[in-house]
Amino acid sequence: MGKIPFSYSIRNLWTRRLTTVLTVLGMALVVFVFASILMLAEGLKKTLVETGSYDNCIVIRKGSDSEVQSGIDRLSASIVETQPEIAIGLNGDRLVVRELVVLINLPKRGSNKPSNVVIRGTTENSLMLRPQVKLAAGRMPRPGSSEIMAGQSIARRFRGGGIGESLHFGMRDWTVVGIFDAGNTGFSSEIWGDVDQLMQAFRRPVYSSVTFKLNNAADFDKVKLRLENDPRLTIEAKRESVFYEEQSKVMAKFLRVLGLSLTIIFSAGATIGAMITMYAAVANRTNEIGTLRALGFQRRNILTAFLMESLLLGLAGGCTGLFLASFMQLITISTMNFQTFAELAFSFSLTIKIIYQSMFFSLIMGFVGGVLPAVRASRMNIVDALRAS
Amino acid sequence: MFILKLIFKNAFRHKLRTWLTILGIAVAILAFGLLRTVVSAWYAGVEASSATRLVTRNAISLIFTLPLSYEEQISHVQGVKIVARANWFGGIYIDEKNFFPNFAVEPKNYLSLVPEFVIPPDQQDAFIRDRKAALAGRKIADKYHWKIGDTITLKGTIFPGNWEFVLRAIYHGRDKSDDETEFLFHWDYLNETLKKTASLRADQVGFYMIGIKNPGLAAEVSQTVDRMFKNSLAETLTETEKAFALGFISMSEAIVVAIQLVSFVVIIIIMAVMANTMAMTARERLGEYAVFKTLGFGGAHLAGLIFGESMVIAVIGGAAGIAATFPVAKAFGEAMGDYFPVFNVAAATIYMDIAAALLVGLVAAIVPAWRCVRIRIADGLRSIG
Repeated sequence: MGKIPFSYSIRNLWTRRLTTVLTVLGMALVVFVFASILMLAEGLKKTLVETGSYDNCIVIRKGSDSEVQSGIDRLSASIVETQPEIAIGLNGDRLVVRELVVLINLPKRGSNKPSNVVIRGTTENSLMLRPQVKLAAGRMPRPGSSEIMAGQSIARRFRGGGIGESLHFGMRDWTVVGIFDAGNTGFSSEIWGDVDQLMQAFRRPVYSSVTFKLNNAADFDKVKLRLENDPRLTIEAKRESVFYEEQSKVMAKFLRVLGLSLTIIFSAGATIGAMITMYAAVANRTNEIGTLRALGFQRRNILTAFLMESLLLGLAGGCTGLFLASFMQLITISTMNFQTFAELAFSFSLTIKIIYQSMFFSLIMGFVGGVLPAVRASRMNIVDALRAS
Repeated sequence: MFILKLIFKNAFRHKLRTWLTILGIAVAILAFGLLRTVVSAWYAGVEASSATRLVTRNAISLIFTLPLSYEEQISHVQGVKIVARANWFGGIYIDEKNFFPNFAVEPKNYLSLVPEFVIPPDQQDAFIRDRKAALAGRKIADKYHWKIGDTITLKGTIFPGNWEFVLRAIYHGRDKSDDETEFLFHWDYLNETLKKTASLRADQVGFYMIGIKNPGLAAEVSQTVDRMFKNSLAETLTETEKAFALGFISMSEAIVVAIQLVSFVVIIIIMAVMANTMAMTARERLGEYAVFKTLGFGGAHLAGLIFGESMVIAVIGGAAGIAATFPVAKAFGEAMGDYFPVFNVAAATIYMDIAAALLVGLVAAIVPAWRCVRIRIADGLRSIG
């Protein structure tokens, strides 16, 4: 005697359409939430990983967590700039920038609610150190002027961030002359201007950070050791990629904890839903199961058929959930990073790994929900089952 | 009475299925309550704010400071009762993980502005008298096992170095919604040290907390203060403490909105599960309902039976979920203490729980009841589960 045909399981689901749809809907929503949270965490990670370059080294004051808290005076900055490992650019300049990073409070378009935006004082080298940043519209601000350029995510969402608009701070008006595209990086949520002008306007005599490109990425440990042991300096050197990853540790942990607790609770609900459906399917078909057994199908054939049905529910739920979740990629979340107090925009990002994980998760829900009912079905006594009405 | 008994008997005809459904609803209501509590915890700072307190800070953003000389000028504004200077210190206790807010404040004025910090009088005197003294909230003192007289070292992130304090006082919150995780110390201690180590940064104030005579003066006082410093190097932004706290929340609004959305999704999920149960129940009993109809019972009566059964299951599940919310919220609040200093289940959350459970019960019964009312007796008698 062969296996019970696969179509048997499919037809059973089709016969009880309403129940099937409701169960699949429940599971799909759980998979949707599960996938969305993974996508959000992935998007945050992607944003921060792409922000920092592996061969860039950032120097901030010892003990400070972010550029905003840090302060590096001109003398220290000059000492850092003399390191021999710093790469040389095309025009013969050393690829190093002294930057100022401060927060300004800007109102959002539409809601008018203020939020903290990073404003970065830059030099011409800043762009060379960050190949991800490209001018998207308008022109570059002229050095030594009150001109600024805004990241795409700022230009879109903040009042005064668009081309031709201006911002007022430090007793001056600053005109936005350009918009830059920094892809999915944290720079998209920044405003860039001339460092000397901004230091003047904010009355800040110190830089926030010094960043340089290494000639050879492997030299990092050597430079770090030398800089941190220099008695004239109280600084910390980090790889830019590590630095930005650390900036979002709290946020990432928050998303993880929230996501994990939600998923556990939700999956309990959906598994119960699948279990109810499958128990009902078994109870309704007692007679049928008896007939199948009388025809000579083995217990394990019955077990497989019912498990298959439940896994199909999981599969359908997983596909629907992922289909819905894929639309989340169109959404960009913008929120305050708890660690830097600054606005950070990142989007949901769907990866193959997340698709695997979600489908696996969905099938597990189907399996757990179906295994007990399937065992019950396979354990039925032929005579009793046939007698049941 | 008989009807009620029938409903109960019906509800528990399939014991396993009913208990599973009840379990599902309990879990969903628990999740819903928990998420709602997370949202309200987010707003805890707003709830705890006082209407008679204003916050004046640098108009550019919080990271810029104000000159010390503003204090004198602000205190002369009509309607201002008291002014206290404060700085966000941003110190770390041993490790970054151990987060609690710490401020350098002018102790006497600041404490008179925050009557919700309940401190034993002798401890308060000791705190005010000693320049290296620190005041800590009950929760963090318990968490790190601090006793009065202990030396506490914070690592400065904004103000470099290791800063030593002697714990002189521990405060309790007056209300349940008060933050008991703050750490306060003398502004003078910070300032005097800065004068020696980084004189450029001395005599700078992070923000001024202003006590006004009555809440009605808030708008007037804020305008007067801001106008006073207009077109100066450090323009000010004065707002009520509530608006100040709301400003922080609006920055992380996306997360709050997401949590709120998710809390509704969980209700929809459980609606699907519950509707499924009711659909199966009603389908199996179509024959019975046809018999009822033959006996002369009207459609409304049958619909009542189905709705009643659905409500019984939803209410039992909801009650179990609400009962579980309290211990789980307590455990969750302790685990997430770093993120949420105040984590209490609000009365409003319970009402929403009840409403959600009733809604689930109602919605789940609509389709089955409609089907049962519509079905013709002959079809009903002929149908097989």
